[in-house]
Amino acid sequence: MDIQAMHIANGIVNGTVSAIFAAFAALALAFCVWRARADLDDKLAPMAGLVAAFIFAVQMLNFQVLPGVSGHLLGGTLAVILVGPWVGALCVSTVLIIQCLLFADGGLTALGLNITNMALLGTAAGYLLVAGLLRILPKTPSGIGATAFIASIVGVVVASQGFVFEYWLGGTTQLSLPWVSGTMAGVHVLIGIGEGLIAATTVATVARVRPDLVYALRRFRKPPVAAPAATPVPVAGGAA
Amino acid sequence: MTRRLGWFLAGGLLVALLLAGVVSGFASSSPDGLDATAREGCTFNAAGEITGGSCMLQQEQKHQLEESPLAGYSIRGLGDGRLSTGLSGVLGVLATFALGGGVFWLARRRTPEKV
Repeated sequence: MDIQAMHIANGIVNGTVSAIFAAFAALALAFCVWRARADLDDKLAPMAGLVAAFIFAVQMLNFQVLPGVSGHLLGGTLAVILVGPWVGALCVSTVLIIQCLLFADGGLTALGLNITNMALLGTAAGYLLVAGLLRILPKTPSGIGATAFIASIVGVVVASQGFVFEYWLGGTTQLSLPWVSGTMAGVHVLIGIGEGLIAATTVATVARVRPDLVYALRRFRKPPVAAPAATPVPVAGGAA
Repeated sequence: MTRRLGWFLAGGLLVALLLAGVVSGFASSSPDGLDATAREGCTFNAAGEITGGSCMLQQEQKHQLEESPLAGYSIRGLGDGRLSTGLSGVLGVLATFALGGGVFWLARRRTPEKV
């Protein structure tokens, strides 16, 4: 009930390294906007707004993973499956920007660090796994659910190690790096399992109700064998 | 936007509002994985200030916007009970949908797809 801070605060990583990551995140987001425009159509744009709002809501739901330790969804893998990698990274970034500016959660100086870890690294790792897993798993609600579960765990652990990397570059305290890395990885495996369950339930539900709204199912669907001759090569978003 | 998509979006938004507005009041109040790791090694007093030890949080600085009316997922003046958390969550969901949806809508392709 007393949610205070969920993201990296100011002063954990020094100003120089924070500034470098802010610049990196800004460039990466500009690239995402450029790539996202190819995916964003009249259907995906409002869906992406909903995905961002949903991730904001679920991030508030901290669940207990150990005595005295909770976790919450980061949402990268969920976003990637529903709206694709570029728009997905922008959805998570939108959430982090709102949380920082309106809710004072995640330092303003640390915004680039938080975006890099959760919106870029976690999302990229989740996307690579989703793309790989959907080659072997069935493109059904259960298959996409299993994909979401596995990719979420990996995405969350990768995001946690992004923080470890930033702390290694510019941490303002001198804690043992293997300890930080191991502790973060261990607790984020547990958080990833929780995130995986939430993400799997969500994407399986959408896949059941409106499979046409699941980006990963459209994108990785086998091209129809007997496509009409006049139809151009199907591309992402073209199945509307 | 078709009517069917409109219904789906309305349903999804309703779920998000219920999660942020109601279920959030029953979430765990323990520090999350990152925060718990950052606090480990230090001792804290009741006000949350570091009283000793060494941990990643030692050089933490205040948030530039800590005076924001929604800071800490509560509404200033309403304390930090379930009502305050829930209302701030509802505002957050609406703000995120407005910002995200607005930017994505402006950035979308307007011409019919040509390949």
